Amino acid sequence: MEHKVAHDWRLRGQRYRLEGEVCEHCGNKIFPPRDICPECHQPAKKPYTLSGRGEVYSFSTLSSAPEGFEAYAPYTVALIKLAEGPMLTAQLTDVAPNEVTIGMPVEMVTRRIRTQGEDGVITYGYKFRPALVAHAQ
Amino acid sequence: MRDVAIIGVGQTPVGEHWTTSIRHLAFEAASHALRDANIDKVDAVYVGNMLSGEITGQSHLGALVVDFMALNGVEALRIESACASGAAALRVGYLAIASELADLVLVLGVEKMTDTSGRQTTAMLAMAADAEYEVSQGISFVALNALLMRRYMHEYGWQRQDFANFAINAHANGMHNPNAMFHMKISPEAYAQAAMIAEPVGLLDASPVCDGAAAVVLAPARYAHILSPAPVKIRASAVGTMPLAVHDRKDPLTLESARLSAQRAYKQADVQPGDIDFFEMHDAFSIMAALSLEASGFADKGQGVRLALDGDIMLQGRLPTGTMGGLKARGHPVGATGIYQIVESVLQLRGLAGPNQVGNAHLGMAQNIGGSGATVITHILEAMDE
Amino acid sequence: MNNGHIMHSQRPVGIVGYGSYIPMYRITNAEIARVWGHESGPIKEKAVAGLDEDTITIAIEAARNALVRAAIAPEELRAVWVGSESPPYAVKPSATIVAEALGATPYLLAGDMQFACKAGTEALQAALGLVGSGMGDYALAIGADTAQGRPGDELEFTAASGGTALIVGPAEAALAVCRGSLSYVTDTPDFWRRAHEQYPRHGGRFTGEPGYFHHIQAAAEVILEEMGLQAADFAYAVFHQPNVKFPMRAGGRLGFTKQQLAPGMVSNTIGNTYAGAAITGFAATLDVANPGDRILLASFGSGAGSDAFVWEVTEAIKERQSRAPKVADYIRRRAEIDYALYARYRGKLAM
Repeated sequence: MEHKVAHDWRLRGQRYRLEGEVCEHCGNKIFPPRDICPECHQPAKKPYTLSGRGEVYSFSTLSSAPEGFEAYAPYTVALIKLAEGPMLTAQLTDVAPNEVTIGMPVEMVTRRIRTQGEDGVITYGYKFRPALVAHAQ
Repeated sequence: MRDVAIIGVGQTPVGEHWTTSIRHLAFEAASHALRDANIDKVDAVYVGNMLSGEITGQSHLGALVVDFMALNGVEALRIESACASGAAALRVGYLAIASELADLVLVLGVEKMTDTSGRQTTAMLAMAADAEYEVSQGISFVALNALLMRRYMHEYGWQRQDFANFAINAHANGMHNPNAMFHMKISPEAYAQAAMIAEPVGLLDASPVCDGAAAVVLAPARYAHILSPAPVKIRASAVGTMPLAVHDRKDPLTLESARLSAQRAYKQADVQPGDIDFFEMHDAFSIMAALSLEASGFADKGQGVRLALDGDIMLQGRLPTGTMGGLKARGHPVGATGIYQIVESVLQLRGLAGPNQVGNAHLGMAQNIGGSGATVITHILEAMDE
Repeated sequence: MNNGHIMHSQRPVGIVGYGSYIPMYRITNAEIARVWGHESGPIKEKAVAGLDEDTITIAIEAARNALVRAAIAPEELRAVWVGSESPPYAVKPSATIVAEALGATPYLLAGDMQFACKAGTEALQAALGLVGSGMGDYALAIGADTAQGRPGDELEFTAASGGTALIVGPAEAALAVCRGSLSYVTDTPDFWRRAHEQYPRHGGRFTGEPGYFHHIQAAAEVILEEMGLQAADFAYAVFHQPNVKFPMRAGGRLGFTKQQLAPGMVSNTIGNTYAGAAITGFAATLDVANPGDRILLASFGSGAGSDAFVWEVTEAIKERQSRAPKVADYIRRRAEIDYALYARYRGKLAM
């Protein structure tokens, strides 16, 4: 469904660069940011940008996409366990569905998530792809 | 607090009601329930519904329903908790009577899902998930369940075919339910060959998009026998929650909300899982059935599938489930489902389930799951002997 | 200062970080030739952006690689300029999205530049000026494109997707110091795309001698002459590469050997990435360069003009080369697609 521009805009820090939070009480890394630590329930508002490295916890390829995502089908969605601990939901990209495995190392890239029609705004955000072998540590 | 009983039930057939609008579906089910209860007035009406505003452009269902039932003036509210909206409405009705704020309450679950295209409906159902961090990524409900099912198979070593009996049992039971959407037996081969909609979830793992309405009438238990020849007591009503998004759950394969809800229900009813004679579970997807059985204490973690595999969930089994077809075969008109579960449980406890009657059905449990599990509502019902 | 045509900054500047990105999909010239009934095409294959890629996503990944190599905080950037002929928006800067994705906002210049295939080096010249004047310490210049050729047109064999980002900073932090740059521009309509048109038009053979060769050779010859340098003084040279033939011929005329051009010749395997083409060749050259190497870079953009630069590689290069994926890593990451998928990925199907 059509989104108002502000809906995505206010999330750009999270969407473009995985801007989360770190709990100053227990050190827990938080994504998505929620301003309260789910571990120790203390306020946690300190910004913390996650590395974008993680592994596939689970995945599935949709052949029938919800309205708004038809142009990209079939695509693979996944639960990604980030290196810092949090898990998130994201699409995988640059990988054939039959090449994905649970535990596969992945890294964040910023891609087109959807467009609001031909003349609407383009929404960019995180997706994950198989980690480039040559990626320097 | 006082005990609450169900004194009347009503339902429409589940299916694609092209000629019937949401208000008439609601009216039909509610009328049946009032007639069954032999009353024509109530103190309050609570309507469980998830998507009327989005799909039919009609919000404000509480007022609409009392208007069309010529009950103008009566307290009426719409209650929404995603796919658990039906049970949520029952919960509100239960609280109203238990708290002595009302004496007669009509609880209705209604959903009209076929007025939008499949893709639109898929997108609207996804509103039950986290809009900013799940839905925004192109996720659908099928996909969320596929993510859970694949991980479950990975962790516990199950094969896809091990889930087959969830669908086979549901469709076998749906055969003899005149109100069920599907009246077709399916075979293990049919399950194996079903088209994939999001691997490993196949077409026969998923419940269908459909229309339907179901209703119950509640009254104080102490007057139930005066009002009804076969009242059913609500022994427990309990809600549990957990994080909205699957990724925010400590262990995505534990339905903590279902565990909390079931444990609270057992405690309130002072019963054990072993005392339950049948279980109207929320088998919107096969994996949800397995996780619900585990969280409710009927199976060990990772072993919910075994109950299907071993036939325990069949009508003659240790714990019959989806006795009238469940969500898969009766259908899953989302906001109405929780009330269909209650109506079917009442039929079992009254001994009116026909060929699907569970022997010695005295204590039944119904569990309605909202979204991918963030809200779970459990009710335990008991036949009221004279 | 000098009376010649070379531009010198007020303080010495150079490249402190560089990074590229090339989409993983490839369509071979043989496949394109099969569809249109040609014998063959000018290159082996070209890179094709996937369904979720565009100039902005290409720019973001290239820039992230450049930031990793530069090891500076994104907030230190005072400019992000994206040069491209295929910005996703006609109105709305690509650069603000790129800057936001990098975490460089809000205290910086951000804008898009347009000069056909020269847009990336136009941004680079501006970055050298900004940092060279002392207005800021770091500026990011990006050239990226998802270029489209009209189906069946000869451009379709080469018009490709990819890009490179270069971070300009003080010479003392640079991995390659800029010894001088020059721009040579005339009004030459050899290639254009009118507003609202999906595909460009071009002047056929007019794009060759009066366009590409005249401008590149003029820019390169003048910068060499005014700096008192010859081809033999360079370890490498990189020219805009719409194909393989043109840069080889231009290099030959300027006295460069195949060996000097070899590391920067990427068009045979990725195609012509337009605003990204010359600088991706430059990035591939930096990937193998050694301290002390002198590199000539000359871009070409239709319309028309050429930017020429003389770089000297510093000791800093060796450690920074391996901090991020190299151009060769992206060239190796390859998934071949047929014309049907290519048509879908590049929006050539009328829906």
